[in-house]
Amino acid sequence: MPEAAVAPIADASGVLRVRDLVVSYGAVAALRGVSLHVGRGEVVALLGANGAGKSTMLRTISGLMLPKSGEIRFLGQRIDGIPPARIVRLGLAHSPEGRRLFGSLTVAENLRLGASTRSDRSGIEADRERLYALFPVLKERARQQAATLSGGEQQMVALARALVARPKLLLLDEPSLGIAPIIMQQIFASLAELKSSGVTMLLVEQNMSMALDIADRAYVLRTGEVSLEGDARELKTNYEEVAAAYLGARR
Amino acid sequence: MNMGLYIAQQVINAVSLGSLYALVAIGLSMVFGILRMTNFAHGDMMMVGAFAALVLGAAGLPFWLAALGGIVIAAIAGIVVERVAYRPVRGSPDVTLLLTSLGVTYILENLGILIFTSSPRNFPIPDLMNSSIQFMDGQITFTAINVVTVVLTAVSLAALGWFVTRTDAGLGTRATAEDLGAARLVGLDVNRLIVTAFAIASAFAGLAGVLWAAQAGIVEPDMGFTPLLKAFVAAIIGGFGSIAGALVGGYVLGALEVLIVAFLPSEVSPYRDAIVFAFLITFLLFRPNGLLNRTQEVKL
Amino acid sequence: MIRPAALLSLLALLVLVAAVTAATPRLVNDYAVRVLIVMCINAVLVASMGVGNGFTGVFSLGHVGFVAVGAYASGILSLPLAAKHAYLSDLPHWLGSFSLPFLPATIVAGLVCTALAFVVGAPLMRLSGYFVSVATLGFLIIVNVILINAVDYTRGARTFTSVPRETTLPWAVGWLAVTLLVLSRIVYSPYGRRYRAVREDTIAAQAIGISVLPTRLSAFMVGAFFAGVGGSLYGHYLGSFSPASFYMAYTFSLISMLVIGGMQSLTGAVVGVIVVTLASEVLRNLERGIDFGAFSVPPLYGASQIVLGIIFILAMIFRPSGIMGDRELTPGLLYSRKRRPPEEYLQ
Repeated sequence: MPEAAVAPIADASGVLRVRDLVVSYGAVAALRGVSLHVGRGEVVALLGANGAGKSTMLRTISGLMLPKSGEIRFLGQRIDGIPPARIVRLGLAHSPEGRRLFGSLTVAENLRLGASTRSDRSGIEADRERLYALFPVLKERARQQAATLSGGEQQMVALARALVARPKLLLLDEPSLGIAPIIMQQIFASLAELKSSGVTMLLVEQNMSMALDIADRAYVLRTGEVSLEGDARELKTNYEEVAAAYLGARR
Repeated sequence: MNMGLYIAQQVINAVSLGSLYALVAIGLSMVFGILRMTNFAHGDMMMVGAFAALVLGAAGLPFWLAALGGIVIAAIAGIVVERVAYRPVRGSPDVTLLLTSLGVTYILENLGILIFTSSPRNFPIPDLMNSSIQFMDGQITFTAINVVTVVLTAVSLAALGWFVTRTDAGLGTRATAEDLGAARLVGLDVNRLIVTAFAIASAFAGLAGVLWAAQAGIVEPDMGFTPLLKAFVAAIIGGFGSIAGALVGGYVLGALEVLIVAFLPSEVSPYRDAIVFAFLITFLLFRPNGLLNRTQEVKL
Repeated sequence: MIRPAALLSLLALLVLVAAVTAATPRLVNDYAVRVLIVMCINAVLVASMGVGNGFTGVFSLGHVGFVAVGAYASGILSLPLAAKHAYLSDLPHWLGSFSLPFLPATIVAGLVCTALAFVVGAPLMRLSGYFVSVATLGFLIIVNVILINAVDYTRGARTFTSVPRETTLPWAVGWLAVTLLVLSRIVYSPYGRRYRAVREDTIAAQAIGISVLPTRLSAFMVGAFFAGVGGSLYGHYLGSFSPASFYMAYTFSLISMLVIGGMQSLTGAVVGVIVVTLASEVLRNLERGIDFGAFSVPPLYGASQIVLGIIFILAMIFRPSGIMGDRELTPGLLYSRKRRPPEEYLQ
């Protein structure tokens, strides 16, 4: 499995550290001072209702949006304000909301593009074979146009495309969106495998229970702020607390 | 006169003309595909290529070398224009992009007038090129230039096809044309790919300019204007943004023009350009996505 | 909220200029008067172009086609009978048998253009973005080709002469005032707010029941009417012209005035004309070469256009909204209208 192997991180704050991030769409504040962190090898889930700011969070981390204030550190280095292509080359991969595959290109071509930041031919080949082993249906459909695949298969392509970059951090935005539950279980099983091989992930997900099954820790966002954070297993058993955090019910 | 031979002659004319339109239209579609902008200055790359070849030829270079030089200089000009005028306005509304390209073409044409004056100049080509080849007692004639045009077009298309399907850069260009944001997300150097696309597009236009000048025998600063508009028609017919579409559209347009002149009454011929544009307008009403129907276009 | 009367200050200024120059012809020299006339004509054309383009968001490149039609139509109508028989002997009999005075000829030219705009615009205004631009450019070319080839009516590519030179400064200023008044009443009326709704967000506008095609079409037709008027004014100012007078160079000239002045402002049209005309005059004088003592810059004919082109591009890069943006000259202060969501336009 593509490993998240890196040299020991000098900065003990982990792979990703976000501090007091403020992001606005014009006059509308989407994130009002959010802080979170992701440690090496962790899977961290970002939960919350629609519009809570989860996708905005990921898009700001990967450089698609500029924050108004706050700090984002990736492997100890500040990345807020850096163009996305450079952030990606530092080792961050973002599988965006809606997947955004290159529909007119084949599955194999999409994967090839995922490796755009790498130059080691043999390493890329090896990783590609491993991904085909993880998602055999992709190997079958390697020469098919990506747009002709089913929703679940497209999600696999998106995942594989992000993973073939051998990222040190994988940002996953709503992988379950529009996908049948059965396929989703398959995909989450693959995510679990990836996790056990050391891939670090920040996962945005609407499907709370699946996300908490696989995550180590989780944050709940509500209207742009962190309303709850904690260990995933604990949160899973305290369902009511999480629901309250989602909706803001006052106790 | 034998109808069959007449038709054969017209086919030759159409293919020769269509090749030129295809060369220009492909560049236009490439730039639109990758940047969603209608580059009105594209026609001026023809002028740059032709004039550069003229100057190089006058400086003593053999024709083929001067032509090559013209193509290279056109490519460079395209890169410069992108960097100086288009990159600063990237991401602006469509109208801004369109107007910027109008500004660029205005500057380039006046620059041409300033340097070369607006009167047409002779574009000398080697006698070998001018030699005509005749069949059937002169009922079918074409010159070596026609042959060269078709051959060079074919070669260029083959090279482009190889580039687009078999190289990483070509793949990156296709990806960027489809979804620029996603291309950034996978780490593609989008700026470099855009520059590459401009260089190729302008080189193609430069080649078309040299060939056009060779066929017509003259060059002038606004020589790119009418071919540009025809290239728009061709690209739109084939499906704006699609390279294959531009190719098809180019030959369709060449055939259409030859048809108008060869088979309609001679009173109609001077209206040829008007008919072509009327055809375009009608086409846009019923099939705005072009024959090859690639990009999704929201009407209104 | 801008009241339609807001432009009165501008109009008052214009009327003042007209009165002064009419009353004291020696106050301003002949050359300046000619420049002023052309500026007024261009302002009519740029303002009418703006209504179609800046205000509704489709960019028509064919405006000058209507100007040409206006010039030729009014010219044919007002040509003195003697000239008609001499130069246009092949005109159909009914056209060759009368000659209209200036004002009716101008109005008829405007109406002809409006009708033409309906015919052309009905199919075209449903297209999107760049398609409209290319298609309207096609319209300009078609007009050009037809004018060159309809020799019986237009003398083809040769100069069309003997048009009575009736455009004096009072006429030009008067028509400009009328144009601005009419356009401002339309654009800043409740109906005119639809124009801006359609430009700002086509889909949202449709969602609240503003029908895009008729809105764009009406703007297009209004713009064409005044293009025809302007064409008539220009034709009767020049006295002689040819199809080449109304082609790409003129188009770019008007566009640069529109852009630099501000596409979404009627005052911007006037400002743009003034700025570009003055700049052209200054640059043209520089073209003859400058002497700095021992150092001299040689004459560079054509350089003024290049400089204007560069200014245009700089405007596109740094201030695409032009000098006026979307503000108008109102009594007292200048203030800007904020962008509003389309729902607000249907009040």
